[in-house]
Amino acid sequence: MSAAAVLAPRRRLVPYLLLLPGMLWLAVFFVLPLLTLATTSLQEGSISQGFELTWRIANYSDAFVAYRDQLVRSFRYAAVATVLALAISYPLAYAIAFRAGRWRNLMLLLIVAPFFTSFLVRTLAWKIILADNGGVVSFLRTIGILGSDGRVLATSIAVVAGLTYNFLPFMTLPIYASLERLDPRLIEAAQDLYANPVTAFLRVTFPLSLPGVVGGTLLTFIPAAGDFINVRFLGTPAQSMVGNVIESRFLVALDYPTAAALSLTLMLAILLLVTTYVRRVGTDELL
Amino acid sequence: MSVDGVGGIGDGTRRAGGRGAAGIERPSLAWRAWRGLTRNIVTFYAALALLYLFLPVFVVVLFSFNDNVGRFNFAWQGFTLKSWLNPCGVMGLCPAMVRSLQIAALSTIVATALGTMIAFALVRHRYRGRSATSTMIFLPMATPEIVLGSSLLALFLNLGIATGFGTILIGHILFNISYVVITVRARLQGMDATLEQAAMDLYADEVATFRRVTLPLVMPGIISAALLAFALSFDDFIVANFNAGTTVTFPMFVWGAAQRGVPPQINVMGSVMFLVALVAMVVGGVLQRVRR
Repeated sequence: MSAAAVLAPRRRLVPYLLLLPGMLWLAVFFVLPLLTLATTSLQEGSISQGFELTWRIANYSDAFVAYRDQLVRSFRYAAVATVLALAISYPLAYAIAFRAGRWRNLMLLLIVAPFFTSFLVRTLAWKIILADNGGVVSFLRTIGILGSDGRVLATSIAVVAGLTYNFLPFMTLPIYASLERLDPRLIEAAQDLYANPVTAFLRVTFPLSLPGVVGGTLLTFIPAAGDFINVRFLGTPAQSMVGNVIESRFLVALDYPTAAALSLTLMLAILLLVTTYVRRVGTDELL
Repeated sequence: MSVDGVGGIGDGTRRAGGRGAAGIERPSLAWRAWRGLTRNIVTFYAALALLYLFLPVFVVVLFSFNDNVGRFNFAWQGFTLKSWLNPCGVMGLCPAMVRSLQIAALSTIVATALGTMIAFALVRHRYRGRSATSTMIFLPMATPEIVLGSSLLALFLNLGIATGFGTILIGHILFNISYVVITVRARLQGMDATLEQAAMDLYADEVATFRRVTLPLVMPGIISAALLAFALSFDDFIVANFNAGTTVTFPMFVWGAAQRGVPPQINVMGSVMFLVALVAMVVGGVLQRVRR
């Protein structure tokens, strides 16, 4: 028997051996926790008397009724922040991919660099920038957009601004990656075929950059919808999102079933949105 | 420049201003206007966007020099170097920083090893359950961190495991695996397989081929994956917040400080992290260019 024949069955095992440790980790610390979360969400009781699994599905409807505003607000804020991030990122990514020339790497560096100051520290910096006695507010008051006692901090505008800022590279980099891969000859072909620039952009450039746009919107929307840091630093309880509720139910009120039900509701809602969105736009290659 | 000479078919529909009679092509007026417009407006816009990106960094650095009175550091009082000369002067800040670095280093090592192995399996092997593997990698990334954090806490509560350093580490390894797989997989997919075949043709055995050809070629991907994992772990607040118990990481210290009072030393740390990352990226870029 040749060596190859002996090795053959063992070779078939190789991929599984490579997968085993990582997949085991994901099974124990991702899938199992989600199942635990699901059973927790169907429990009844309190921290002093203990929790018992009673399969109480009404936990979900109760949580939804009690915190519908926060849930809806999370998705609304995340959607607005995603659209704003797209509006800021697309031209920026376009400029780097097609116009930056030899400054390309420097520009990419400049986009990533600010995000090493730590999420919480830069969000606190926005608190200073948007403060009532800060430059932004006094400028907006001078040009009359804000009234003389109008403010930005502690409003939904500040929260959305913070969300937009904090996830910006997650939008810019995927769009840049797909624009950079784009063959410029395709745009030239459109030009040769008498497309005007706007048509060429809408029919060639933009569709070809869609994988990046889809990836970027997901990477922005998902963390934004679950965020609770921006509200805490830049907003008030009146702007609180579902993340704030989950955080306080879990860690302060110790009301685990409600927190678990809200967590799973958030996850399922996002998965539903994401799959319909990806199907709609039609970029399955993302997975 | 477009490819000339292939445009014969559409000749009848050609409009004026398209190409000169001599056959030398000139972009139409609209295209030249677009070029000018995008070059100028888009560049201007990009400059504006960069300014926006750097505004908070500027504030972070500036307020690290603030001679603040009282507990908070939100209003400019005057210039001082005292926070820079005494960065550990705030109780608990430097231990939190060290803890964050330890967790980031450990989670990076484990996640990079596990994730790289999965990436190799996905790209280099055909096996049953490949698409299931991809889904398992994608799902944690499509799950908000708050769900990852709270579900892990639910598990630890149910099993009666005390949360702390180890449970934060577990959570960080978990979310880092997916990012490592995606990054290394992209590098592997873009690699030229003929180089490895050439090595085999030259009588290198599998181990030698892997060590001398495959690994050096994948290394840039593994290194960027490790850097990404380190950054994600170091900056994570949400998963840590749920699973920390009484352990305090740097982001958690900032979170607590935001309620009690923010010392300028926090801005010093933010500035130092920014500088270190900047220097590391510049040096990395230069090294890559030199090697080429």
